[in-house]
Amino acid sequence: MAAETSAPATGAGEREPNHGMRIFIIWLVLALASDLLIWFVLGPHLPPGDLASAANGQQFDIKVMSAMAAPVMVFVLIQFIYSLIVWRHREGDEEDGPPIHGNTRVQVTWITLTTVIVLCLFGFGTYELVNGPGAGAGSGEGPSPIVNPPGAELTVAQQMAPYSASKPLVIQVIAQQWRFTYRYPQFGGFETTYLAVPQNQWVEFDVTSIDVIHDFWAYQLGVKADADPGVNNVAYTKPLQLGSITVRCDELCGLWHGAMYDYGSVMTQSAFQSWATASQAHFADVTKMLPPYATTYDPTEIKQLGTVLVKLGLTGAGGGYYPPNDPSQP
Amino acid sequence: MAIETEAGTTQRPGGPDPVGTPGAGAWWARPALHTGVIGAIIGYAFGHWLGNYWAVPTANSPAAYQQIGTSDGNDFAIVLGYTFMLVGWLIGLGVFNDLVKLMLGKRLPQNGHEANGGVAKYFRFTLDHKVVGIQYLIGMIIYFCTAGLLAMGIRTELLSPVHHVFSSSVYVEIVGEHGTMMMMLMTSVILGPFGNYLIPLMIGSKRVAFPRIEALSFWLTPAAFLVLLSALPLGGFHFGWTGYPTLSVQDTSGADAYAFAFGLMGISMILASFNILVTVICYRAPGMRWGRLPMFVWGILGTGTMMALAAPILSGGMYMLLLDRTAQTAFFTDNLGGSTYLYEDLFWFFGHPEVYILALPGFAIVSELLPVFTRKPLFGYKVASAGMIGVTLLSFFVWQHHLFDSGIDPDMRPLYMLTTELISIPTGFIFLVGMGTLWKAKIRFTVPMLFCLAFYFNFLIGGISGVYLSDVPADTTEHGSFFVMAHFHYTIMGGLIFAFMGGCYYWLPKMMGISLNEKLGRVHFWLMFIAFNSTFLPLFAVGLAGQPRRVFEYARNLTTLNDWVSISSFFLGVSILIFIINFVWSTVVVRNRETGNPWKSRGLEWQVSSPPPADNFETVPVVLSGPYEYGVKDAPPVADLNPPVGVLAAGLSESETARAEA
Ligand SMILES: [Cu+2]
Repeated sequence: MAAETSAPATGAGEREPNHGMRIFIIWLVLALASDLLIWFVLGPHLPPGDLASAANGQQFDIKVMSAMAAPVMVFVLIQFIYSLIVWRHREGDEEDGPPIHGNTRVQVTWITLTTVIVLCLFGFGTYELVNGPGAGAGSGEGPSPIVNPPGAELTVAQQMAPYSASKPLVIQVIAQQWRFTYRYPQFGGFETTYLAVPQNQWVEFDVTSIDVIHDFWAYQLGVKADADPGVNNVAYTKPLQLGSITVRCDELCGLWHGAMYDYGSVMTQSAFQSWATASQAHFADVTKMLPPYATTYDPTEIKQLGTVLVKLGLTGAGGGYYPPNDPSQP
Repeated sequence: MAIETEAGTTQRPGGPDPVGTPGAGAWWARPALHTGVIGAIIGYAFGHWLGNYWAVPTANSPAAYQQIGTSDGNDFAIVLGYTFMLVGWLIGLGVFNDLVKLMLGKRLPQNGHEANGGVAKYFRFTLDHKVVGIQYLIGMIIYFCTAGLLAMGIRTELLSPVHHVFSSSVYVEIVGEHGTMMMMLMTSVILGPFGNYLIPLMIGSKRVAFPRIEALSFWLTPAAFLVLLSALPLGGFHFGWTGYPTLSVQDTSGADAYAFAFGLMGISMILASFNILVTVICYRAPGMRWGRLPMFVWGILGTGTMMALAAPILSGGMYMLLLDRTAQTAFFTDNLGGSTYLYEDLFWFFGHPEVYILALPGFAIVSELLPVFTRKPLFGYKVASAGMIGVTLLSFFVWQHHLFDSGIDPDMRPLYMLTTELISIPTGFIFLVGMGTLWKAKIRFTVPMLFCLAFYFNFLIGGISGVYLSDVPADTTEHGSFFVMAHFHYTIMGGLIFAFMGGCYYWLPKMMGISLNEKLGRVHFWLMFIAFNSTFLPLFAVGLAGQPRRVFEYARNLTTLNDWVSISSFFLGVSILIFIINFVWSTVVVRNRETGNPWKSRGLEWQVSSPPPADNFETVPVVLSGPYEYGVKDAPPVADLNPPVGVLAAGLSESETARAEA
């Protein structure tokens, strides 16, 4: 790589070895070895695994980035270690080093190479974001996502249409201190705290919050989306294998942020359907008391409460979530 | 241009020097730390009383008190208390004395440089940049150690996934205090001590541009530090260093301390950076062309630029947050028409340049020290300065990569992916310069050099892990996890703090006229290097395995890794303790005098005695060549320290001609 230099060799006595060639050979061997290791040995085990399409895409990205980063890292390390060993100061040598102020060829090569690598990474990342298996890479795309799986439903009416295995399953994630609740609008809008998703079907998460900012992180599904009050943040994934899911809150949300986690599982299509219909019946009485399904909620369940409170002179920037004389909610 | 010409004239020998506080009188009668504390106490009491007075319920508004307090306390009174405390603190320190004297038409008699020894001057508001530099140094070490102790607390809690040392509330408070203290105060860890002390010496100036502003920038930092700590008795704050609303709007009164302190530190950064920028631009000695500027000065120039442009956004955001908490505004409250995204954008528009504010001084120190200990010119001087300028500019175009998952406009994500990855190109320049300088060198493994080499190692890992975070799909897994946490500790702790340590060992002989014990220095280095990597390397794995940041409970299968990390972090703490012992031992107990140029450096700062004379230079020097001409046959000395008057005048006109041409 950029190792060779045209600086004149110092010292007339012994012939100066070709340092550039030596470094290049060491680099070639180690870079190849580390890339092979990353690709074939480490690669299949890289997080977040391959339970779902979005997770799969992230795993692939991490693998590719590692394979591209390793040669660069190895090069810099070898260059440093080689220099430190070969050109260390010898006892009694009080002379200064050779006055090399720079080397245009080396500089241009380095700048070109790093630029090319960076542009490749950008192209790759963008391609993966748009065309990768995750449809938006599993990350929250806000209320109007640009990368959607076929049949995505973004309005309340669409989302409340009865469930069908041919279009994405809609799950609304409602975050609050310090719990996630999952609402299934296609099954009458029942709410549960257990996250069940079907295998081989796109899942659309509509993430929102009713108090502070949280972050819905379904690790094995490769989904991460901030839960903002008053915002519907959409993320997609397609579970590919059966297995269990860990959900953690990934944005500090107050005292019990560390305890804000729960579990779920990927089920077969039929198991999911029977779970969902059973849950719908089981929770029917509770569902009746819930506010009608919407993409965001006002936690006080009074429409335009904020405006009303302002009129009454009862609130300020407390947000109106907790009237001022309520105990504080850090 | 007009400013530069004016500066040139003030640089002339015999030109006006900064004038400042008189030196007569008993120590307790002069404004200093103790009068500042008295002023602060009086100010707080008054402000708090005023806030409560205004909030007393009246017949017209019976709910006044409750309206003003958004949490359980009267936040209005607390914030007013802080405000008046700050005013009292500054009055007590005598910050406004000269201003009042000028307004009364009195003369300011004395030169601001503190020629006399004695410890008392370090406790005063002083116009001597060398005293301010030492004040910053001691202050920064105290702040760093306080925040470091809090980190030990975090790691103690994380020894077990289920058994708790702290309550969930105390744990989150510690996390927030550690993060905020480090991120707000360490912005000045290099610019404060080394920048203020050394830059006039490095550019051949007798003074800084704005000595009062410089001193003020320092004296705001203890205030910010103590206000931030005062959050703990107020119930702490529970939202980490980022302070996202609506959590931060709802939180207990500790949040007032957070917002006030962080905003205050923003002002300190603005002041410090303006002084440095103007000093570098206007106060260079004749012959100190841009092409001869030491790399350290380039780095601090970039840092100052970022601070001057980013810190106002921080202060603005923080004071908007304070208004939301006290004055019933709703900038950040969604159902009243505000937006949490507004805060996130304001915060990260500051927050990302801040990361480079923390990285660039590290680049600056290693690029400055490497030529000295390789006995070679810096490889690619222009590439190095271009790298620093590139980082400075690009740092303002990347902030939304912190918000990839937040639900921002998804169209923006490829753009921020691109800009974030682009910034690794100028960062790569710094590595190219490092590798080129080591090429065929005569590397001396002194303690400062060891820290520089460790900087490259740590920053390599930190930088490359940062590229992972710029990739949206990869970031989906890594965002908000311990991976991110490990990444920025590698760049900040492994980069900035290692460079700071290198700077301490390198420049303390210059600044204090004593050298630090080398044996202890080596023990410190190796323990710190090994413990640091042993602490933070496993955290990449912990994060990828799914552990979010700021949690006090984690998956059982991660116990071993977390324990390993915790124990390593205690060793890391011990290594810092060794540094403190070495520092105190060498500067107070043994005092191994060092007056010359122990590193045989060509830097202009080393051409005067150690510690430097009160006025830095007898006359303004004429710079004759670049600072890194090691091994160059017949290289002229770096500067003529006693140019005859005619030569200086010629040099001045020459540099002015050069400027005119450029
Ligand atoms: Cu949460």
